[in-house]
Formats: sequence, C-alpha cells, structure tokens
Amino acid sequence: MSEETKEYAYFLGCITPNRYPGIEAATKRIFKEFGIETKEMVGASCCPAPGVFGSFDMHTWLPIAARNLAIAEEMDLEIYVTCNGCYGSLQEADHLLRENSKLREKTNAILGKFGREFKGTTKVHHSIVILHDVIGLDRLKERVTKPMKDVNVAVHYGCHFLKPSEVRGHGSSETPYILEDLVKVTGAKDVDYKDKLMCCGAGGGNRTADAVQSLEWTRQKLVGAIEAGCDCMIHPCAFCHLQLDRGQAEMEQAYGIFFDFPILFATQFLGLAMGMSEKEVGLDAQTTKMPEKLLK
Amino acid sequence: MGTLVEEIIEWGGGVFGEEHMETLLSCVQCGKCTGGCPSGRNTALRTRKLMRMAQEDMREEIFNAPELWFCSTCYTCYERCPKGVKVTDIIRTIRNIAAKEGHMLKAHKMIGVYVAKTGHAVPIGPDQMKLREAVGLESQPPTSQKYKEQVEQVQEIFKTTGYDVLMGLDWDTMALKEEEGEKKK
Repeated sequence: MSEETKEYAYFLGCITPNRYPGIEAATKRIFKEFGIETKEMVGASCCPAPGVFGSFDMHTWLPIAARNLAIAEEMDLEIYVTCNGCYGSLQEADHLLRENSKLREKTNAILGKFGREFKGTTKVHHSIVILHDVIGLDRLKERVTKPMKDVNVAVHYGCHFLKPSEVRGHGSSETPYILEDLVKVTGAKDVDYKDKLMCCGAGGGNRTADAVQSLEWTRQKLVGAIEAGCDCMIHPCAFCHLQLDRGQAEMEQAYGIFFDFPILFATQFLGLAMGMSEKEVGLDAQTTKMPEKLLK
Repeated sequence: MGTLVEEIIEWGGGVFGEEHMETLLSCVQCGKCTGGCPSGRNTALRTRKLMRMAQEDMREEIFNAPELWFCSTCYTCYERCPKGVKVTDIIRTIRNIAAKEGHMLKAHKMIGVYVAKTGHAVPIGPDQMKLREAVGLESQPPTSQKYKEQVEQVQEIFKTTGYDVLMGLDWDTMALKEEEGEKKK
C-alpha cells in the first residue's frame, strides 16, 4: 500500500460521534485531503472508558476493549482515534493482551461466545500522531491557506495521550512536542501557561462522581490560559472537549462565570487554517463563540 | 479474604501482572505523587496516604472515603514515582475491590446502564443526529447503538463477567434495581 492510499479503521467511541460530530467531520476531511481513507468500524462500542470501567471492573473493561480491537482486526486495518480515553483504553488493552497469553485465552473465551477473537494484528494510533508522523509537518504546511496570524494558542494534551509514557511512546510526558508542532504549522503561536500539563478534570469518573468539583480543575486550567493571553485552547481529546467546552456552560450555572474561551480539537483548528468553513469543522456544536481572527 | 495488599496483587495482577501490582510494596512515602496530583490540590485525595493505608490494610477507611473516587487517572503520579510504584493502576484496582464490596456511586452505576442499553457510555439522541447531519455525516454512526445484535455482544460480556450483578442491573427493565426500589417507596 502506498502512502497516498493508506486506509485506517476509525474507532469513533462515544463523545466524538454522539456529542461533537465536528471533530469526526474535520478529521475525516483532513485525512481525505492527504489521501488517507477512513473505514467505519461497524458495531464498535464504548472503548470502554479506561478510568471509568477500568475503575469499576477491569475484568469487564478488558473484554469490551478486546471486542473493539477484534472488529478492526476483522477489517484487517489499523485503528485511529480522536479521544484520549479511546486511545488509552484500546492501546492498553492491545498491549496487555499481546504480552500475556493467559489473559488472551481468558478474554477470547468470552469473545468466542459471539464468534469474535483477539489476534493481536491491529495497532492503535491517535489521529493527531498520524497528522504529525504519517502526513508530516511539511505536507500540512503546504496546505495552510489561511494562516493563523497573531493567534496565541494554549495547548492542552489531556492525560492519556502521553501517559503512561512507557506504553504511549511519545517521549517524556513532561516535555511534549506534537501539538506544539501542529500549532506552529498553522502560523499560530504556542504559548506556555500555568497548568499546561494538568488534566481537564473529567477523567476517571471524577466528573460523574462530583461535577462541580471536577469543574474547579477546569476553571483553574482555563484561567491560566486566559491570563497568559491565549485566544483559544487546542487539544486532542473528545472527552476533554466535553469538559472544557460544555463545562464552560456548566461553570456559568455553578459559579456564574462564563469564560467564553474557545476550545478546538486539533483537526478543527487545522481545518480552519486549511480553509475549511466553520460548518465543515462543526463549530455549531460549540458552547463558545469563535473569535474573528480564527475564522478570517 | 486476605489482606488488601494480597487482594490488590491478585485482582490487579490478573490484568496487569503481579509484578506491576507488587510495586505498592516499594512506596517509601516520599510524597512526590501527592505533590504533583491535580486532585490533591482541590480535594482530600492524598495519594501517598492512600498507598500507606493500603499497605496497612485499612480497607474500610479507604472504601468509605469519597476522595477515593476523585482521582482522574491522569497518571502524573505514575510517571513521576521514583520507586516505580504504579500508583494509578493501584488506585484503579482498589476502586475495583471497593466496588465489589458495594461501594459504587449510583451515578457510576448508571454509566453501566447506558452501556448495557446501547454499548455507549454517552449514547446519541435526536438533537445530536441533527448536529451530525449539519456537518455532512450520516445521522447515526454505524456503532453498536445502531444494531441490536452488536449491543447483545456487549450484554453477553456483562453477563459473563458479572458486571450486571456488580452494578445491580435488572435486565427486564434495563434499570438499576436500587432505582426501582426507590420508585416503590
């Protein structure tokens, strides 16, 4: 297969297709522009959320994740994701099942009940890593038709994109570079801010356990970015997007403060820089307004 | 029932391997985990204290503290621990054991109800279908929620591992048993 016709199975998860379809649309559109075809994973379920199902019963978490991996294996394709939760869950499950034959046997005894099997023949990639490493910064830069001039960006990684670094393999989780590189490609400026590497607050069932408490983390994060003079926040995770974007409406209810600070998944931001319309990258679903300088 | 440490090693070891879980025994209480914990600066969660309490078999104290559920599994502690203690996975395992002993929030159980019904923790609704159409996508993605037979596979997993019993799911009503109890009151 040549690089020009590469094909992936898109593991959608829950938040991307069911809450922020703009993330799905923008990612598919950009991949298509660069000759990457997306195939849908029919019947895929929740990944399931690693800090949630992994916290309640990891012996249920694993076979559900394995079933999703098996679907991609049946398609003979590698997977891409647009959520750090999905990335964490599927990559971790794949890693554990490849390493441990006893665990694989036990898991396959469950999947066998409905004719599926984990073989260890797929791989789990993050869409943002594909942009950075497969498409590459030079090719991306060539397609930027509307540079993000004078736009200051706060990069937010979320947690499971980088950590645990021994499984993810994107270098040190303390000195990341992938999103910073992508921001620079658009002509925008990557700005350091207080709590840049901090969690959005949603993961691990924390949001569900105590929503207002979890929003306090989000508030601290956003204040840091706003005080550093940032115009928007760019991230690689649909679940963080929910917390950082929808969370602003929830904060308005909880504290009476509305930040109106734009949150964009990295492909939505890149899509705008490549000349895609607000509609094409799905800004309709956003809680916040987009500043003019991101759109012109 | 053995000590909490033994249970953590056995239960978590079944997924991550026993060596991974045995790192709990290497904790020297340096506090680097707590120093970098985003929950610790906002909640009563003290990861260092939790590791010590686990070593000391203080299961009831751990299980009854709400902050056990305020870890976002961000892995900062896991990354920074100078002794290689797999803190986040130990916390997840402790939560598993707490859940088995009946310490599970209703809101957390509800996530399981959504997954049992649709395969998704966050299923789609009519408004979101319109949002999908607006960006040029099919109104419904071809995921489990669209196909009964695919959801049934997820349900089969729940039944096999006993997750339905763990969260108290009533398969006839597809609701939590505790919820029905509340309605009858």
